[in-house]
Amino acid sequence: MSGQQYRVILAKLGLDGHDRGIKVVARILRDAGMEVIYLGLRQTTGSIIAAAEEEDADAIGLSMHNAGHLTLGPKMTAALNDAGLDIPLIIGGIVPDEDVEELLKSGVAAVLGPGASAEEVVLTVRDTISARDET
Amino acid sequence: MKPSKETIPQLFEAALSGQRRSLGKLLTLIERGGEIADTVAGLAHQKAGSTHVIGITGAPGSGKSTLTGRLIELFSQAGHNTAVLAVDPSSPLTGGAILGDRIRMDDLTDENSFIRSMATRGHSGGLALAVPAAIQLFDAVGYKPVIIETVGVGQVEVDVAGAADTTVVVVTPGMGDAVQANKAGLLELADIFVVNKSDRPGANDARRDLDLMLDLGHISGLEEKTGYRPPIIMANSLEGTGSLEIIEAIENHANHLKSTGSIKVRQEQRTLMEIQNRVELLIGAAAKEVLATEFGQAKIDAVLDRTTSPAEAAKSIMNSLLND
Repeated sequence: MSGQQYRVILAKLGLDGHDRGIKVVARILRDAGMEVIYLGLRQTTGSIIAAAEEEDADAIGLSMHNAGHLTLGPKMTAALNDAGLDIPLIIGGIVPDEDVEELLKSGVAAVLGPGASAEEVVLTVRDTISARDET
Repeated sequence: MKPSKETIPQLFEAALSGQRRSLGKLLTLIERGGEIADTVAGLAHQKAGSTHVIGITGAPGSGKSTLTGRLIELFSQAGHNTAVLAVDPSSPLTGGAILGDRIRMDDLTDENSFIRSMATRGHSGGLALAVPAAIQLFDAVGYKPVIIETVGVGQVEVDVAGAADTTVVVVTPGMGDAVQANKAGLLELADIFVVNKSDRPGANDARRDLDLMLDLGHISGLEEKTGYRPPIIMANSLEGTGSLEIIEAIENHANHLKSTGSIKVRQEQRTLMEIQNRVELLIGAAAKEVLATEFGQAKIDAVLDRTTSPAEAAKSIMNSLLND
C-alpha cells in the first residue's frame, strides 16, 4: 500500500432520507481501496466541516436527492471557504444537467449523476483529489 | 491529506494551541508510518503522560459506538475534553474501509470532543505503533480522557485493548453460555463489563454467566492477585441508561489503579510493549533486507534443498544482523 491512502467523507446534508445511493458509492470507493468516513443522514455544514478537520479528509462527497442542491451545494462550498479548508466537494445524486454549471461555478469540484458508472465515480474522486494536490 | 507547507513542529504547535485541523493532519502522518510518524510520535511523547486511556471493545453490533457517544456526552458535561480513536478493519482484499463509527456519536458530540476514525490497513505491526502514538498525541494536546474503540476480535484488537488503562468489554444478550464466558481471550482483559441492549431477552442470563465466570476467578485466586473484581453493568446505550454507572465504574477503576500502584505497572508494561513492537519491526525490516541479498538467497536455496532447516537459516540470518 502506498503512503497515500485517500480518505473520503460521505454525507447527506439537511433533510434528505434517500440513502441507498450514498451506500452504494461508499461501497464502490471502499472496493477501490479508499477509506470512506461515512457520516450518513441529516448532517449540517458544521458537522461535515468538523468531521473533515478531525478526519483530515481528502475529499467530501455529498449525496443529494431532495432537489436542494442549488441551495445546499453553494452553502457547503461557502462553509468550506469560511473554514479555510481546501477540500474538494463532489456532489452526487439527482442533479438536472442544467444545474451542473451553476454548481461548478459555486466551487463544487465535480457532479456525478445517476448514470455514473462505478469507474466514473472512482476516477472522479481520484482526479479531483490529485487536481487539488497539484495546486 | 494535501501536501503540507507547514513543518511538523509548526503543525504540532498549532495542534497544541487547539487547532483541530493540525491535529487531524498529524494523525494522518502518524497513520502513514515511517520516519515522519516517528518524529510526530517523539514530540507527542515529550508532552504526554497524564491522560486516562479507556478501551471500549466488543463484537460488531454490540453498541460500542453508541455507548462511546454517551460517554463523550457525559464527560463533556463534566467539563472534560474527550478524544476518541475508532479503529475499524480495512478490507484485506482492496485495502479500503468504510469507517462508520461517527454516525453513532455525532448527535452527542460537541466542540470539546475529537473523533478520529482509523482503519487497520492490513498491517498489525503498523497499527501497533500508530495507536499508542495517536493516544500520546491526543494526550499531549490535552484530551482527557482518550477512548479507543475496537472490534473485539483478533490479536490486533487484544493488543489495542492492552494499550488502555481501563478496558470496557461490551457484550450483548445471546453471546453464549458460561463455558463461552470462561474461554480465554478478550473477556479476561475486562476491567468493566457492560451488558448492553439490556432490554432484550437473555440480558440477565448474560449477566449471570459473567458473574459466574468472575466467581471462578475468585476461587482460582485471580481476584486475590489483582484485588479487583470487574463490575458488570446493565446498559441500554440507545436510551442512555447505565452510562452514568459506567463512568462511575471507570473512575473507580482508575482510583483502584492509583491506590494500588498498578497504574505504574500498566504503564511500564505498555512502554515495554511499545519498545518491543518497535524493535521487532526494525529487526523485521532488517531481516527482509538480508533475505534480499545473495547471502539471503543462498539460505533460501539451502532450505529448499533441505540441506538447512528453516530454523537454522533464520538463526544464521539473525547472527548476521547482530554482527553488523
